[in-house]
Amino acid sequence: MSTPIRVEGLSKRFGEFEAVKGVTFTAEAGSITALLGPSGSGKSTVLRVIAGLDAPTSGRIWMGDEEQTFKTVQERRVGFVFQHYSLFRHMNVAQNIAFGLSVRKVPKHDQRKRVDELLELVQLSGFRDRYPDQLSGGQRQRVALARALAPRPKVLLLDEPFGALDARVRQDLRRWLDDLHRELGVTSLLVTHDQDEALELANRVVVMHEGSIEQVGSPNEIYNDPATAFVAGFVGSASVLHGHVVEGHVQFGEHRVGGAGHLEEGTEARAFVRPHDVRVFAGDRTGGSLEATVERITTLGWLSRVMLRLPDGQVLTAELPNDELEGVELGARVWVDLRRARAFQARDAVTAAIVADG
Amino acid sequence: MSAQTLERPSVPRPGGGAGPRPWVTVRTAMARWGLRGTALLYLGLMIVLPTVVVVARGFGSGVSAFRDALTTPGAQEAIVLTVVLAAVTALINVVFGTELAYVLVRYRFPGRRLLSTIVDIPFAIPTLVTGVMLRALYGPISPVGAFLGRHGIQVIFAQLGILLALLFVTLPLVVRAVQPVLLELDETEEEAARVLGASRWLTFRRVVFPKLRPGIVAGGLLAFARALGEFGAVVIVSGNIIGKTLTAPVLITQLINGGKPEDAAAVATLLFGLSFVLVLVTERLLATGRKETS
Repeated sequence: MSTPIRVEGLSKRFGEFEAVKGVTFTAEAGSITALLGPSGSGKSTVLRVIAGLDAPTSGRIWMGDEEQTFKTVQERRVGFVFQHYSLFRHMNVAQNIAFGLSVRKVPKHDQRKRVDELLELVQLSGFRDRYPDQLSGGQRQRVALARALAPRPKVLLLDEPFGALDARVRQDLRRWLDDLHRELGVTSLLVTHDQDEALELANRVVVMHEGSIEQVGSPNEIYNDPATAFVAGFVGSASVLHGHVVEGHVQFGEHRVGGAGHLEEGTEARAFVRPHDVRVFAGDRTGGSLEATVERITTLGWLSRVMLRLPDGQVLTAELPNDELEGVELGARVWVDLRRARAFQARDAVTAAIVADG
Repeated sequence: MSAQTLERPSVPRPGGGAGPRPWVTVRTAMARWGLRGTALLYLGLMIVLPTVVVVARGFGSGVSAFRDALTTPGAQEAIVLTVVLAAVTALINVVFGTELAYVLVRYRFPGRRLLSTIVDIPFAIPTLVTGVMLRALYGPISPVGAFLGRHGIQVIFAQLGILLALLFVTLPLVVRAVQPVLLELDETEEEAARVLGASRWLTFRRVVFPKLRPGIVAGGLLAFARALGEFGAVVIVSGNIIGKTLTAPVLITQLINGGKPEDAAAVATLLFGLSFVLVLVTERLLATGRKETS
C-alpha cells in the first residue's frame, strides 16, 4: 500500500528568488525520509510542490509509477500535516477527521467507523466532540495527523509537524509518531530543521542548504561522515579549527590534527571536531596532545561542557562525563586529545562555520 | 455551546468597604457611573428619542388616522417597493460583494490596488451625483439607454433604475464588512481542505463561508438598511411615479413638503417597523443556522 516518492531536477523560483535549485532524491516506500535544513533552505517548498500546493518551475515528481507533476492538489491525494495544525476551527474533532472522507462521498456509516478507528489510533477517543480550541497543541497535532491519514493516503507529508510544540511534548510525539509509522508503514517525508528529530525518526536524511541538496544518507552517515563542511557544521555540534594542510593534517600554531589526507598540501583548511571526540585530562602529557586552558565549565546534568582556549587563541568545546573532570577546573592548564576530526577546504567551510558558531 | 450564566462574584475591592481610603472608592464609583451615564444619555438623545417621537407622531392622531395616512395614494405601494428592493439589493450585493472581497484578499494581480480604490468610489461621491451618472448612462438619449429601450428594457424612470442605484450605493458596505474577516482567516486551512481532496468551491462552502458568515450578515444588513433609506440616488433615476417607482423615502419627503408631517411620520413608522422585524427575523434565522452547523 505504500509508494516511493521520486523527485527529479526539481526547481522552484519565486520571482527573482530561486528557492529550490534542481533537487533530486527518492523517499523509499514505507520509510521515513527527513528533509533537514535551516530555515530558508527550500525544504518546505519541496514538500509543498510534492503535495501540489505550489507548482514547480521545472522538474518532475513521481509517486510509484505515476507521474504527479501535472496533477492538481486534489488528484494527488497525499496526506499533509501542517506546522500549525490548520484544523478546521468551526468543526469538531470527528468532523475534522471525517472531512477528507465526506469530500470523497464515503457513506456516512463508513465515515463514522473510520473516524472511530483513527481516534483510537491517535489515542483521542474521548475527544470526538471537542473543538480545536479546546485541545492542547499536542492533541491538535494528533487530530491533524488523524485527519491526514483518514482517506488512507499513499504518502504522508509532514511540514515541521512538531515545530510549534514545546520540547517535552515534542519528545513524546516523536516517539509516538515512530511507533505509529511502524504500525502503518506509510511512506513519509518529514520536513524539519531539528537535527535530533531527523536523526531519531528518519531512515534516510536529505540535508538541504540554500535550495540544494548537500548530502543524502542514513542518520549515521550524516552524523559520522558528513560529506560537506555545511553538513559537518549543521548536523550535531562541532568546534571549528582554522589552519593549513600539512602532510595530511590540519596544522594550526604548533599543533595539528589528522583527517586532511584528501586536501591539497598548503591550502587553508578547517577542521570540525565533535565535542565528544575531545578528550581532556590534567597531569602528564601524552604524545601529540595539545595544550589548552579551561575557560568555562557548564554542567549538562551527567556531563559537562568545557570551553578550552588553545595557545593560538582558537576555542575548542569538549563534552565529558563529570567523573572525568578531575583536575579540569576553571583556569587550569590541561591536555587535549582529538579522537577524530573532519577537515574541509576553507572556502567550503565558511558558511558551515557560521552555522556552527551560531 | 452551552449558555453560560455569568454571575459576578462579590470580590472585595481594594480600598473598598471600611478600608482606609474611602475616597478612592467614591471617586471610582463616580467615574464608573459618569461613564455609563454619559453613554446612555447620548444613546437616548441621539437614537431613542427621535425614534420614540416619530412613532408617537405616527400614531399621534389615533390608530385610525394612522390607517388613513397609509391609504394616501401610493403609500402602501411605496413601502412594499422600498422593502422589496432593499432586500433584493442586499441579496445581490452579498453574493458579488463577498466574491469581490475574496478576490481582493486572496489573489495577487496587477491592478488589485486600483480595484480596491474603485470599490470605495460609491462612498466618496455624493449619492445625487450617482443618480446623475446613472441617468447619463441609461437615460433615453444616451446610446446605452437608447439601445436597451429598443429591446424593451427601460432603466430610468423604472424600478430597474432604482435597483441599479441601490446596488451601486451599497456595494462597498458588503465588501468592507467581509474583507477584514477574510484577512483574518488562516489560509492553510483552505490548503488543508484542498489537500484532502476538496474542490475550490467545496473548500469555500465548507471551510471559508462558515467563518465569513458573520461578516456577510453584517454587510448584508448594512446594505439593506442603507438601501431602505436611500434618497439622493433614487430620486433622480426613479421618476417618482406614484404606485410604480415612488419609494418610501421620496414619498416621505413629498409629504413633508406638502405640509403633512403626520402622514410622513406614519409612513416612516411603518417603514421602521417592517425593517426592524426583517432584521430580527434574519438574525434569528442565521443564529439557528449557526447552531446546526457547529
